[in-house]
Amino acid sequence: MDFLTLIQVLDSTVRLATPLLLACLAGLYSERAGIFDIGLEGKMLMAAFFSAAVAAVTGNVWLGLLAGIASSLLLSGLHGLASITFRGNQLISGVAINFLAAGLTVLIAQDWFQQGGRTPSLLTSGRFGPITLPFTDSLAGVPILGPIYSELLSGHSILVYFAFLAVPATWWILYRTRFGLRLRAVGENPAAVDTAGVSVIGLRYAAVAICGVLCGIAGAYLATALQAGFVKDMTAGRGFIALAALIFAKWRPWQAMGACLLFGLLQAVALRFQNIEIGPIVVPVQVMDALPYILTVVILAGFVGKAVPPKAGGEPYVKER
Amino acid sequence: MEKMPKWADVVLIPLISLLLAAALSALVILAIGEDPVAAVKLMVDGALGSSYGWGYTLYYATNFMFTGLAVAVAAHAGLFNIGGEGQAMLGGLGVAVVCLFIPWPHWSLALIFAALGAGLFGAAWAAIPAYLQAKRGSHIVITTIMFNFIAAAVLNYVLVNVLRPEGSMDPATARFPEAVHLPSLHELLAPLGIAFSKSAPANVSLVVAVAACIFVWLLIWRTPLGFEIRAFGKSEAGARYAGISPIKITMIAMLISGALAGMMATNNVMGEAERLVLNSTEGAGFIGIAVALMGRNHPFGVFLAAILFGFLYQGGAELALWTKIPRELIVVIQALVILFTGALDNMVRMPLERIFLALRKETR
Repeated sequence: MDFLTLIQVLDSTVRLATPLLLACLAGLYSERAGIFDIGLEGKMLMAAFFSAAVAAVTGNVWLGLLAGIASSLLLSGLHGLASITFRGNQLISGVAINFLAAGLTVLIAQDWFQQGGRTPSLLTSGRFGPITLPFTDSLAGVPILGPIYSELLSGHSILVYFAFLAVPATWWILYRTRFGLRLRAVGENPAAVDTAGVSVIGLRYAAVAICGVLCGIAGAYLATALQAGFVKDMTAGRGFIALAALIFAKWRPWQAMGACLLFGLLQAVALRFQNIEIGPIVVPVQVMDALPYILTVVILAGFVGKAVPPKAGGEPYVKER
Repeated sequence: MEKMPKWADVVLIPLISLLLAAALSALVILAIGEDPVAAVKLMVDGALGSSYGWGYTLYYATNFMFTGLAVAVAAHAGLFNIGGEGQAMLGGLGVAVVCLFIPWPHWSLALIFAALGAGLFGAAWAAIPAYLQAKRGSHIVITTIMFNFIAAAVLNYVLVNVLRPEGSMDPATARFPEAVHLPSLHELLAPLGIAFSKSAPANVSLVVAVAACIFVWLLIWRTPLGFEIRAFGKSEAGARYAGISPIKITMIAMLISGALAGMMATNNVMGEAERLVLNSTEGAGFIGIAVALMGRNHPFGVFLAAILFGFLYQGGAELALWTKIPRELIVVIQALVILFTGALDNMVRMPLERIFLALRKETR
């Protein structure tokens, strides 16, 4: 494998890791606040559809992004209603949201566009275009660093940069602000937060809302930046890979970025090479597909450091009278 | 003191949830610009109006009985087995191995061993998440989700690289031999003088599914093991105090659950396709969640809910054929049923409990 191929694989790693990273950070806020969310997939899918649909109709990708975020927020609200207000089972609510999105997107797409459950292909104005970082042309000629800068770092859409900037931002919010401290506390010991006079319900709704916004951006990225339009089931399990990455990272932001880049690399390699030959051993493409899930199970099993979820995760909070 | 009578819990709440789901689905149909009443008529006509329709309804229902029971058994032990899909996929592999590599003299013998093979493969696929939950405390929901994806990759690999016949491009096994062909309801009912559609896929594995319902009822409510499973599901600490081993119950409940999900393959792989194809499960593993929730984890409830979902599936296919309502409407209905009977259960339950409490005070 030559240097240019390596750069290209890494470049597509960044592209493929972006939706994972956004969804993973979304899940991080929700789960750190004690609300399990296996509906990341559904929220992304819903946002992918509405962003593509609105972008296709209006020709404005920013309106598309807003519509995507709004639709994802709506599902987040439903998840909050079920799991916070009505103290229902958070896992079942997540399952329902995934199916709701899978069904509704195709249903509405068929009703609006009659193209077999897809949106029309987006033109340039309906998509997030690549951003060329300054000095790209003048640096392109520099050996090694040139290609890294002009091919790998430059030329992504604005959402890619947003996703990677969201990592330090999340770290800062979570570990350096009062809101972050309370958010983490509500996921570990909601009774203590309540005793301190802070609203458990308010905090949890806030976390679920942040989760909705980030999932919305992830979905919009899929449909308007990575690809040009919505197709049925286009998230293709990315919400679950993000969930896997979240566990892999043990619910921490920097590690989440690492996990998402790793899983993105696996996807990029699987896309580019079918079977990989390492000496006499041929690694079939299916192994690459399954590797994120296998790695997560191994981590969950505690063979490589134990993944301990937030203590109050999954449990509705009942205020004592 | 119970807040409300048992019949309200068992019948009224699921019924109200179902009505809510149906009302919202009707709104969706209206929004598409179709007539909900006409749609329901078309569904009833298409799914229940002929023996052809019934043949499809019962075929789907057979799948959902197996996967619904799988979710229900795990739920009695307090475990949420979301991995029915993967376990059913592996069950298909078990059926394929039994049917392809052993020359069976008669279908009945083949069915018994195919069911065993399917159950074994399905149970094996549930065994690892069960062990990790029991021994290492890994959350079973997450591990079973991961195992669904791993199962898809395994099946893909096996079908493309191992079981695909030479010269075929299709990632599927060869056709099973004629001897393992399961009699369809048409062939079963013809000697009794009952005419049943020839082309509908419902087959003898429906009987196996009903037997599985009875087996699960006996297991859960009539055996010491069932008592232990229920006790563990209600209160782990209480069960532990009573000397029930959490590891044993987690393992056994999940093995039974996985075996039931795997046995679905006797219907869709052996009974219908007569070969193993990619995506043969078609999401039936997930519908099991809705079926178990709707049926309140009781085998009879699962039986009824499975037929309801079989009706929805066949009716939905008819809708897609004759109107501009896509098949995905069924996915929406399924989501709404899961939402209302599962996640938003309290939304229906809390007002009802208040009503029953008020009624009780008045009668005193």
